[in-house]
Amino acid sequence: MARAAVLGRLTWRVGTLVAFRDETEFARTLVFSIPDWPGHDAGQHVDVRLTAPDGYSTQRSYSIASAAGGDLVELTVERLADGEVSPYLSQVLSIGDQIELRGPVGGWFVWDPSLAAQVLLVAGGSGVVPLMSMVRTRAKFGSHVPFRLVYSVRDPGSVLFGAELAELQRVDSSFEVHYAFTRTTPAGVARPAGRIDATYLADAGFSAGLAPAVFVCGPTGFVETVANLLVAAGHDAGRVKTERFGPSGSQR
Amino acid sequence: MSIPLDGNVMVGALEELFSFDVSVAVVECAGCGHSGAVAAVVVYTDAPGMVARCPGCTDVLFRLVRAPGRVWLDMRGSLCLRVDMPDA
Repeated sequence: MARAAVLGRLTWRVGTLVAFRDETEFARTLVFSIPDWPGHDAGQHVDVRLTAPDGYSTQRSYSIASAAGGDLVELTVERLADGEVSPYLSQVLSIGDQIELRGPVGGWFVWDPSLAAQVLLVAGGSGVVPLMSMVRTRAKFGSHVPFRLVYSVRDPGSVLFGAELAELQRVDSSFEVHYAFTRTTPAGVARPAGRIDATYLADAGFSAGLAPAVFVCGPTGFVETVANLLVAAGHDAGRVKTERFGPSGSQR
Repeated sequence: MSIPLDGNVMVGALEELFSFDVSVAVVECAGCGHSGAVAAVVVYTDAPGMVARCPGCTDVLFRLVRAPGRVWLDMRGSLCLRVDMPDA
């Protein structure tokens, strides 16, 4: 509610790319400096607007990957083969280049580090980005609320933030990451490649009886499948928050 | 019909208009009476604007079109919008 007290028009700001790092063959994290940035909550996103020299303009939503409260804004953008915006952001945008952003927006799909309930995060592909902001926020604020991340991803080469997740898991026994590889599994993983199902969610997640807060983010079909499985397993639909992305509007 | 997204994708456009975070507001469907967070409505973004539909009955709740210099918001399918806000 802190933001609601400061009423003002949501306006476009100019952000400058100050750093980037490649996460996978297809995904790049972009670090923006945005004057007067008010800070964000874990799970929020920004709208990005690109305008061509001829005036053609298009916009997308991207989740913020960095921990809440920072001065810089990190977006992790996965390049879509036929994308209009993501190839530009992930391949062309250079240090010092400027784009228009507005936000942070969205106070519903957010995690508040002062809450005590266990948290189950379920990611489909690059839907892990806003969930990573929650994971990083938990670490940054020293929260020891039990967190489990169930991460469905095509193959080991597509895993975002793998090394960081492994390190967080190593130093904190109340944080667990469970991968569900859908096409190719890494050597040494017993579970055959396949989609998340009820059994896997029951094994890797928290039981409904613990009343965890649940955040699910991924492509629309993934989100709906997972949300339905969770509700069928007894989770209160009101505790299962979802965010869908797709090529036309919001890409994570 | 294309694959829909959800209300999260409309939040920036709605906040631009209303100057508060509409995603946590509760919208009631005029068609079936379903109530839920604006963030959780079904949104199609491939029209000239954005079309929000009820997750309960799929009726159109509201439509938003942003054009140069103006915004249209058609809320014919929304019976009520409940916004929690501090008194002061």
